[in-house]
Amino acid sequence: MASAGDTRILQAPPAEGAKDQHMVINMGPQHPATHGVLRLVLEIDGEIVVRLYPEIGYLHTGIEKTCEAKFYQQVVPLTDRINYLDPMSNNLCYSLAVEKLIGLEIPEKATWLRVLLAELSRLNSHLIWLGTHAMDIGALTVFLYTFREREEILRIFEGLAGQRMMTSYIRIGGLSMEPPLDFLDRVQGFINMLPEKIDEYANLLTGNPIFRNRLKGVGYLSPEDAIALGVTGPVMRASGVDFDLRRDIPYCGYEKFPFQVPISTVGDCWSRYEVRLVEMRESIKIIQMVLDGMPEGPVKADAPKIVLPDREKMKTQMEALIHHFKIVTEGFTVPAGEVYQAIEAGHGATGYYVVSDGTAKPYRVHMRYPSFATLQALETMCKGRMLADVVAVIGSIDIVLGEIDR
Amino acid sequence: MDKQKTLIGRADVLGGLVEHPAIKAILSWNPEALLDAKFDRGELTLTIAAKNICSAAAAVQAAGYNFLEDLTAVDWFPSTPRFQVTYHILSHSLKEYIRLKVLLDGAESGVESMTSVWPSANYYEREVFDLFGIRFDGHPNLRRILMPDEWEGYPLRKDYPVEGYR
Repeated sequence: MASAGDTRILQAPPAEGAKDQHMVINMGPQHPATHGVLRLVLEIDGEIVVRLYPEIGYLHTGIEKTCEAKFYQQVVPLTDRINYLDPMSNNLCYSLAVEKLIGLEIPEKATWLRVLLAELSRLNSHLIWLGTHAMDIGALTVFLYTFREREEILRIFEGLAGQRMMTSYIRIGGLSMEPPLDFLDRVQGFINMLPEKIDEYANLLTGNPIFRNRLKGVGYLSPEDAIALGVTGPVMRASGVDFDLRRDIPYCGYEKFPFQVPISTVGDCWSRYEVRLVEMRESIKIIQMVLDGMPEGPVKADAPKIVLPDREKMKTQMEALIHHFKIVTEGFTVPAGEVYQAIEAGHGATGYYVVSDGTAKPYRVHMRYPSFATLQALETMCKGRMLADVVAVIGSIDIVLGEIDR
Repeated sequence: MDKQKTLIGRADVLGGLVEHPAIKAILSWNPEALLDAKFDRGELTLTIAAKNICSAAAAVQAAGYNFLEDLTAVDWFPSTPRFQVTYHILSHSLKEYIRLKVLLDGAESGVESMTSVWPSANYYEREVFDLFGIRFDGHPNLRRILMPDEWEGYPLRKDYPVEGYR
């Protein structure tokens, strides 16, 4: 236990006279309710949180620096590893940014499939949030149920990309390959089954008095604070800010799919729970719209100098072999310039800032990830509340430490 | 507004985007502080004099650009000015991003902290300080955030090797 006067770990020393009553305790980095390696330094007065200070960086691997030493196409697998619960959104955001730099047009089928995959990925992220959040509160059963459904998403991803979590399936210029023949049927089967399962979770949680009492009125965040502290995504919408990048600044053809953006004006943990449940149902609707109208065509842009050729062509055609060799050994050059591309991922606004100096390697790649900013709001939400509420609040803001530390 | 056109240079952008709310806000506040401007790939970039960045941000904030979404830096070593601090600001009502940019000769010259305008700049500026060594004057708690406290050097600078010092 650190002493209450340790100013190195707290932003300011405790108030004079409070030194004897306040206690400074550590929560994490090895703690089951911090969703990874997050360390919180808490100054408490009895059981009331007076100050809270997150210490991060335990998972920092320097991905932004690594990107500068890779070709543009080699950055895609790195992006999976940042937010490992929402892999397709990472791939999508990076690919959109580089495509904007190049000015590359993507075939329609590829953009529709991208929307479908981004929504599946969002469902994956929200299912894990629901399971772990309920588990933190003490409802262990829901965790087993949501992971059962998430398993099906991972199997679909495995069929697509050969990998369950680190998919790297969305590439610059489209998708890495045609989806397998049974892909659309499997997705249809999954979304036919999911609404019933969401009802099942809601049956277990919405009327559960323990769950209600632990969440209602806890972790209040006002819309002004949400904007001032950089909070995005479901947490911001639960505080009453009506903004969703998919609807308001559409990317990747989202303007074709009308959907409701759930908001709540309450701003507590319970409203975040409600907002995310509705968001899952809306994602299912978007996936259904994609399945119903899926166009025919290629899934890769017609840009042989940027997009790797099909394996079959590469082995039979001289020109394809040359392009393949060039892309793999030298990469492709990207015109100089800078772009910022933001998308609405499961946790909130994810943004990639890519600066090109005209060579085959990015000059700078910066990732803006929602959890990093949302963590700043944690103190505002927990101050003056009980110590046990901190666990409920961390669960409700849905952070992933991989994207905080990068 | 045509997303495809490219306008480079202060005069071109001011002539081509007369009605843009961010440009109007900056011009009515202090036209001298706007050093350069660019409209490329549908994104507007305004380069502001380093000493004026906070009041420039307050001016665009008043014009409806209410959300600081991202703050980062780029190292242009060995050219000068060496560092560039970039602010991506979103307007919820206009549904649009703008990019403000500040150029710094060296990390020592420092730049005003944005925390007085948007408290969310706190973590972003700590990250830039941690990885680039750029000082932010007036920041409430400018310490390393991702790297260990006793780390030497600034990893995202271009003269720092990718595999680190061994």
